[in-house]
Formats: sequence, C-alpha cells, structure tokens
Amino acid sequence: MFAYILRRCFYAIPILIGVNLITFALFFMVNSPDDMARMQLGVKRVTPEAIQQWKAERGYDKPLFLNESAASLNQLTDTVFYTKSLTLFAGEFGRSEDGREIGREIRERMGPSLAIALPTFVIGLGLTVSLALFLVLFRGTWLDRTGVVLCVGLMSISSLFFIIGGQFLFARVLQLVPISGYASNPLVAWHFLILPVAVAVIAGVGGSTRWYRTLFLEEISKDYVRTARAKGLSDAVVLFGHVLRNGLIPILTGVVVVIPSLFMGSLLIESFFCIPGLGSYTIDAIAAQDFAVVRAMVFLGSVLYLLGLILTDLSYTLVDPRIRLK
Amino acid sequence: MTISSLLNNLSQSLWVWLVTDVLLWSLFVLLILSVVVILRSPLQRAVWQKVFHQRLAVVSAVLLAVAASFALLDSIHLREPLPRATQDMPVRYSVEVNSVLDLLLVDLRKDHEKTYSAPLAVTLAALEPVTVSLPDGTIEVRREAPRLKVAGAAFPPGPVDETTYWLDVVQRADLGAVGGALFFGVLGFIFMLLRRISSKNEQTNRIAWRWVAYTLASLCVLGGIFIGLSSNFHVFGTDKVGQDVLYQVLKSLRTALVIGLVPTLVTLPLGIALGLSAGYFRGKVDDVIQYVYTTVSAIPGVLLIAAAVLSIQVMIDNHPEWFATAVERGDIRLLALCIILGMTSWTGIARLLRGEALKMREFEYVQAARAFGVSAGQILLRHVLPNVFPIILITLVMEFSSLVLAEAVLSYIGIGVDPTMFSFGLMINNARMELSRDPVVWWSLTAAFLFMVILVLAANLLADAVRDALDPRSEGQS
Repeated sequence: MFAYILRRCFYAIPILIGVNLITFALFFMVNSPDDMARMQLGVKRVTPEAIQQWKAERGYDKPLFLNESAASLNQLTDTVFYTKSLTLFAGEFGRSEDGREIGREIRERMGPSLAIALPTFVIGLGLTVSLALFLVLFRGTWLDRTGVVLCVGLMSISSLFFIIGGQFLFARVLQLVPISGYASNPLVAWHFLILPVAVAVIAGVGGSTRWYRTLFLEEISKDYVRTARAKGLSDAVVLFGHVLRNGLIPILTGVVVVIPSLFMGSLLIESFFCIPGLGSYTIDAIAAQDFAVVRAMVFLGSVLYLLGLILTDLSYTLVDPRIRLK
Repeated sequence: MTISSLLNNLSQSLWVWLVTDVLLWSLFVLLILSVVVILRSPLQRAVWQKVFHQRLAVVSAVLLAVAASFALLDSIHLREPLPRATQDMPVRYSVEVNSVLDLLLVDLRKDHEKTYSAPLAVTLAALEPVTVSLPDGTIEVRREAPRLKVAGAAFPPGPVDETTYWLDVVQRADLGAVGGALFFGVLGFIFMLLRRISSKNEQTNRIAWRWVAYTLASLCVLGGIFIGLSSNFHVFGTDKVGQDVLYQVLKSLRTALVIGLVPTLVTLPLGIALGLSAGYFRGKVDDVIQYVYTTVSAIPGVLLIAAAVLSIQVMIDNHPEWFATAVERGDIRLLALCIILGMTSWTGIARLLRGEALKMREFEYVQAARAFGVSAGQILLRHVLPNVFPIILITLVMEFSSLVLAEAVLSYIGIGVDPTMFSFGLMINNARMELSRDPVVWWSLTAAFLFMVILVLAANLLADAVRDALDPRSEGQS
C-alpha cells in the first residue's frame, strides 16, 4: 500500500511539470513579459525604461530557458522558467501585483473557502443521494417522472440565476439573511453562510440526483436484488439495506476526486457573496490580470486534483475488498 | 423596412464573412448532409424515428431549429455603403458591421430610448424632473416619469389613459396573433402541397409531425404577437442605455449557439483520434496520450481558460492593426474562446472512447479484420468509429448545454465574449446590479433567463431522447 502511494506520488511529478510547461508557455511565450508590462502599466506610463524596471522588479528580465551569460549551473537556474515555474514545487509562490506574498494569502483564505465548500459538499451529497433513492423507490410512477423532469429543469438553469435570485428573494425582499459578507467568528458566520450554502446545494442538486438515480437503477436490476426480493424481503429493506450500500460505491469513489479541490473554493459563490476565500481571490486575480496569482492557483489546483486521483484509487480498495493495489 | 429596400441594400453592401459565420454555416451544411445520409439508410431512419417518437424531443428540436435559424440569419454580415456626394466617387462602406438579422430588426435596433423602461411601458422607469407650464401662466417643476421617445408614439403626448393604453395593447397583440396564425396557415398549406407532390414515403411519423405543427403554430402566433406589440412598444422593455431587450436576447442566440457548437470542431478530432488510438494501440501510445489528458484535466478548467483568454487578450490589444472593425475583433476573441473551450473539454470524450476502443479491439469482427491484414487506420475508421458514433453524438448534444451555461459564467468573470457583443452572460452580468435599483429593473434578467432556459432545456431534453434511442444499455429503463 505504502509503496503504491509513493509510486503514484512519483507519477504525479511529470504531470505537474507538464502543467507547469503549459502555463509557462501561455504566460511567457504567447506573450512576452514586455506585453505583460504594457498591460499592467497602462497606456500612459509605457516607456522603455518603465517596462525594464517593471520586469526587473519581478525578475522577468532574465532569459526564458537558458541564460548564456551566467556560469555553469546558473545557466539553467538564472532563468525565468527556473525562478518562476520550478520554485512552485517548493511552495514558493512569489508575490502578487500589489506586493503581497501569495503563499500567505492562500493560507489565510483557505478557511473561508472551506467554510462554504465543506457544508455544501456534505449537505449536497446527503440531499442528492436521498432524493435519488426517493425517486428510485417510486420508480415508474408519475412521481419519478416528474422528479426527473424537474432535475432536467434545474440542470438547465444557470447557477448565476440561482445566486442572483436567491440574493434578491431572501436577502433583499424577505430580509432574512445579510446579502453578502463574512465573519471569522463562527457564531456570527453562519448568518452569512446559510444562503450561499443553500444556493450552491440547490444549483447542483439537479444533475447529481439524476446521475445517482441511474446508478441506483443499474444496481437494482442486478441478480442479487432479485434474490433478495425472492427471499421475501420488502422493497424498502432491499433498497436501503442492499442497493444503497452497493450503489454508494460508485458515488463515493466518484466524489472523492473533488474532496481536495474543495480547498480551491467556489468561484461564483464566493465572489457574489463577498467571501474572502480562494475562489474570490482567483476571480480578483483574473480581473486584475495578475498573472503571478493565476499561475500559483493553477499549480495549486492541479496538485489538489492529482491528490484527488490518488485518494480515489485508495477509496476503491477501502470500499471494495476485491481490488488490491499493486 | 420593406423587402425591396432590404434586397437593394443587400446587393450594394460589402459582404463580411467573419470566421465564426463561416464555421456556423459549415456546421449547418454538415447537419443537412448528415440528415440526408440518415434518410437514405433505413436502419438509421428507424433509430431516429424512435427519437422523434417522443413529444418532448420533437418540441425541443423545433425550438432549437428556430433558434438556429435566428443565429444563421445573424451570421451573414455586411457593411452598408455610405451615401456618396456624386456618382463617380469611389464607394465607401460604413465601419458598422450589420447582419441580415440586424437589417430585419432595424426598428428594434435603431430606436433607442434614454434609459430603462419596463416591458410594454410608455414612460421611463425612473422619475425625472419635468417642467410643466400651468394654465395660469406659472411654471412648475414636477417629478414624473417622462414619456418614451419611440414606444407609445401612437398615443397623443401627455399622460396616457388606462383604457386607451390597454385597448391599444390588446388590439396590436390580437392583430399580431392573427397575422402569425395566417403565416402558419400559409406555411402549412405550402408544406401540404409539397407532401402531396412527393408522397412517396408512406410511413411518416404521425405523432412527430403533429407536434411539429403544434410547436410551430404556437411559435408563429407568439412571434406575431411580439411583432404586433413591437410596432408601438418594447416587449421586454429597454436597458440602461435604452436599447430594446428583445433585440439583445435575439442577438444573444447566435453567441450561445457559436459557443455551444464551434468548440466541438476542436473537441471531436482531438477526442476521437487520441481516444481511439490510445485504446486500440495500447502500450506506449496509450501511456503518452494518457499523460497528455491527465495533464490537461489536472489544470482547473476555469483557470486554464482564464490564462489562455488573458494571453490572447493581450495579443489582440497589442495588435489593433489586425482588425478592420470592432466586430471582427470581437469575433476573433469569440473564436479564440471557442478553441480554448474545445482544447479543455476533449479529455472527457477521449477517456470515454479509449475505454470503448479497449473493449472493441477484442471483438471478433475487429480481430477478423486484423487477421485479414486490414491496416490499423482502416480498422479504426471502418469498424470501430461507426460503432462508437452514438456515444460521440450523445456527448456532443450534452456538451452543448454545458457550454452554453459555461459562457454565462465565463462572461461574468470577465473572460467570456467581447463586451461589445451580445450574449446571455453579458446580459446577466449587466443585469445583476439592476435588481438593487429602485424601481427594481427585473426585465433584462428575466428575458435572458427565459431565453437561456428554453434553449438549454431544449438541448437537454433532446439529449435525453437521443440517449434513450441510441444507447442500447438504456433500453427498457426509465
């Protein structure tokens, strides 16, 4: 087991280097650092000296891959690729456009992101699994058909509408909750969290419910279910005792991959509800065209995704004893 | 605008073929070709009859077809000639690029109000100070909602009486509905004649045609009502700069369809080629391809799109000389967005097809072909690809709705379509602050919501029907 995890972690390294190369190509080769400087400095202040200074301040004035003027090993290390891309592996994210340390920002913003993402994930999973089971219990009736049509309807509505509509209805018209904001004190924070979590859960409920319903239906047509029914067990006992347990396997292993990515937060929810998490950080960085932050977030996101993949493999062995990792 | 002046205009203008125009029209031609192919093969025809045996699928298909025809009309662009002082001066063309749809909707496009006005309103939404000269000669400044410039021009100036207003609304709506019904009647009559003439296929899908007729009839009547009301009102009101919201949603249809369809031109070749060869050849090829798609899917989608769009934005901003007009610049950005969306979304279909190819390479007919010495390329093309076609089609239709929804999110973040264009995402983005105004400006958002939900819902329902009919595994279920 341990050897397997170790090997998977080694496999992740070439993928991360690939991610780095792609982002590096996007940020430094499609556009030269001069172009970036021009964008950041604005139209008025663009002079060759200003561009040079901007680049020197951020260390973008070095050659991209190979520094021919430097000595021996420094030929490789004194380059933009080494200082800006490979240092990400060491957790050094550098500074953002406004001079703050990106690593510290990320650590500070993880908390608020998780405060939204974790309840959304848990409540959403519980709710969708129950709804899917409910539909399966009434399979073939009008209740099931209406439920499926409702799910398709919910899937067809952009999450933006849920957010805007929810804010308008519950915060502005009914004034039940504050419209946006965040507090680090948990006793106060739940006021701010209840609406975004509810909106995020509802926005995601349609697609997952329909998906889980098909998984359960697939499970229910298997032989062991027929055997259980033939033994005289009731429909509900079969459903909750047998089908639920086996149907949860693909569901759980399917959602494990997103668990690490919960740290990244939700872009839309955080930015609409002004929650100081990583999602709104990313959006702000994109809006301000802060390439350093975007690069750091890309790296962080891919690390968490690869972690999710490894966890998925491990979760298979936990829930299904037939699978052995070698 | 009359038809003759429209045609006159068309003949003298400079045609502008934007890249997305060409792509959208080629996709349309491709669709027509595949319909012809399907009609020729009895097997395929049977499958598709199963799809269109479902009422919802038929209604959805008609709705999508109507949306597509708006988008296609909006994809023929031209620059109108500027008036010349003398005949022998060289012709110069306006920098404004219009589409045929713009020319058809010229009344909606050209007539601006000052600012917000509610649907079917004759006054502005907000109060403004108005100077009124009273009968005794004094001048008083009152705060009232001034009359609109364009809407309600049929009424005499001054406040409009409730009864006259509603009478006018109902009259115009009725006239429009009757016109729409007549139009549908003429359409149906021509269709019947055509069918009489070519009455060769006996086995037509009766349910399907009846529902096509129902849907088209309601759309014609609805369209008639809209046209009737538009002669004196703004059906969906006007936005901040006084532009008709109905015009904006109709223009947004094209953007939505481009975003939903063009990325598949990138997704399909990449996904099919890489997915099938990874599964079929296995070994080293598989390793390399798996590495590539794990790497691409490891990067968070939004961030990859953001990074690419920002880079291209910098490139476009630094080379203003590449584009003759603002529309062309917006179009290139839209195209870039489509390519990027395609580059980030091929991994799903590649993974799916890899699995299928892995299974299929062990099938007897594939092994037989290999034993006969058929080359790998031939096997993939002739034996494997046709059998994974249903999967490809289902993924495509499902991808469409997720791409249309993604556009809204991307435009909100600011990495979507060019702000000079029309799109649902931009409309929502502009409208989200309007809900906190007083009086509440709800109509832009509602209009965008309605049109977007109908479009995406139709695509989703059609995808469901296609999957039920084409996917053998779902047989008998649900």
